[in-house]
Amino acid sequence: MSEPLLSLSGVNTYYGESHILHDLGFDLRKGEVVGILGRNGVGKTTTLQSILGIPAPRSGEIRFRGETISGLPTHDIVSRGVGWVPQGHRIFPTLTVVENIELAAARSRPGSWTAERIYEAFPRLHTRRDARGGSLSGGEQQMLAIARALVQNPELFLMDEPSEGLSPLIVQEIGALIKRLNAEGNTILLVEQNLAFALSISHRILIMAKGAIVYSGKPDDIRDDPDITHRFLGVGTAAAD
Amino acid sequence: MTVADVIVQRRSKPFVALRLWSVLALMIAAFAAAPFLGMPQFVQALVIEILVFSLLALSLNVLLGYTGLVSFGHAAFFGIAGYAIGIIAIHISTDILVTFPLAVLVAALCAVPIGWLSIRLSGFYFLMITFAFAQMVFVAAFRWKPVTGGSDGMIVPGATLFGAPILGSRESFYFFVLAVFTVCAALLYAIVVSRFGRTLVGIRESTPRMRALGYNVRRYKLAAFVVGATFGGVAGVLNSLFNLFIAPESAHWTQSALVLVMVLIGGAGYFVGPIIGATIVLLLQHWLSSYTEYWGLVLGILFIVLITGAREGIAGLVMQGWNHLRGKGP
Repeated sequence: MSEPLLSLSGVNTYYGESHILHDLGFDLRKGEVVGILGRNGVGKTTTLQSILGIPAPRSGEIRFRGETISGLPTHDIVSRGVGWVPQGHRIFPTLTVVENIELAAARSRPGSWTAERIYEAFPRLHTRRDARGGSLSGGEQQMLAIARALVQNPELFLMDEPSEGLSPLIVQEIGALIKRLNAEGNTILLVEQNLAFALSISHRILIMAKGAIVYSGKPDDIRDDPDITHRFLGVGTAAAD
Repeated sequence: MTVADVIVQRRSKPFVALRLWSVLALMIAAFAAAPFLGMPQFVQALVIEILVFSLLALSLNVLLGYTGLVSFGHAAFFGIAGYAIGIIAIHISTDILVTFPLAVLVAALCAVPIGWLSIRLSGFYFLMITFAFAQMVFVAAFRWKPVTGGSDGMIVPGATLFGAPILGSRESFYFFVLAVFTVCAALLYAIVVSRFGRTLVGIRESTPRMRALGYNVRRYKLAAFVVGATFGGVAGVLNSLFNLFIAPESAHWTQSALVLVMVLIGGAGYFVGPIIGATIVLLLQHWLSSYTEYWGLVLGILFIVLITGAREGIAGLVMQGWNHLRGKGP
């Protein structure tokens, strides 16, 4: 079997003195959609940020496309093809939609996505191209955040709670978009609190607790065994709403 | 929350300055015509001073308003260029084609190592390290007597062009400063609305996000620092050529603080904010100081009122009023 696109092994990340990730390790193969689930504060976001080097892990190794990226500056990691869609659909609020896209496009890798194709794929962003990021609706901001990552033509998308704070209809739309990105060959690692959403779009689910992976399985396994969500997420159906 | 965060949060509309920009162009035309319409010499001197400090405040705003870096040592570059032009004029040549660019270059070159070290820190620590560097410049000017004249200051020889003295009259210097200011303000405007300027705004709004978009944030911060220092250096050169004298106080921390106050009073979120701030502070200083020696008290009260009541400064108040008149809400 070929080398995974992304692999983490023995990763330990700290914020100041607090030890967040404990010998974290997992692999991601090209073309996979993998969802990381877990309660608040178990290190899901930190996992994504460690891959980006904000902050860099104190020990352990992160490899991307066969090369060690842990310890490299963030901009260097990103330029190798890692795209970040931050939590809370954080765009640049005082810049317009066009300016947000341009900022990202100025650092893009060669690939099929251009600003023009972005506007074709996201007509709503085109309609609102001169609006300031901060004046967009939550769903529009999330689309802009995804579009901004997309225009850089990354090989791997890191998405931090793309469904957070969005209405069910918009969540469906975002889900369809992620599936479409995946169908085009993109690899996606996403962190989610919305269990149903994560199960519906992921090929594989990782559950984290206390900074380590405690469960790995297929969405069907989790659907068939409610005990798993009880044990690891401490929720029954609440998170599945 | 750091000082930078507080200032940054005050801003929401950075580029609405377009209309104000055309007003500014009209004002420059009016100022160019004024001496022909009998503008008295002392008013010309006041306008020169306002233009010099407006340029200094504009250059600081590249860091403060656009990049979100609160420098407490911007006067260092004002002072470095101010001394450099004097030293070059004394020892090398008084030709303005040599002294002016060389002095600005000295300020820009000094900004590279100072900026390189300073931008590694952020927030309060950035403020303190820039303050420390500026104090080093001040102490050098104060103590390095053989070169700088120490506390007595330094007489700066008048400028020449191909051997002939120029800018000797108040009026000719007035036009010279107006022209240099216009060119520099236009260049700064072009810089802040360029892609580079938007990158700086992105850094101000979220440094981690810019890193995650693949930007080498430090390189951009350093570039902003050097750009600010370069235009601050131009202001320093103009100041020295105008007074034909430079003293260590030019690089003193109170000078850095005054420029910071100018930017904040005028409105760091707006391109013209620093110009408004510099104008108001200097007018207050001139008018009030003839009535009371406590003019600083009035400035202090104005600063407190604005910083608590109108965080976007006077430019922000004007814009709010303008939008209100046009029925665009608050």
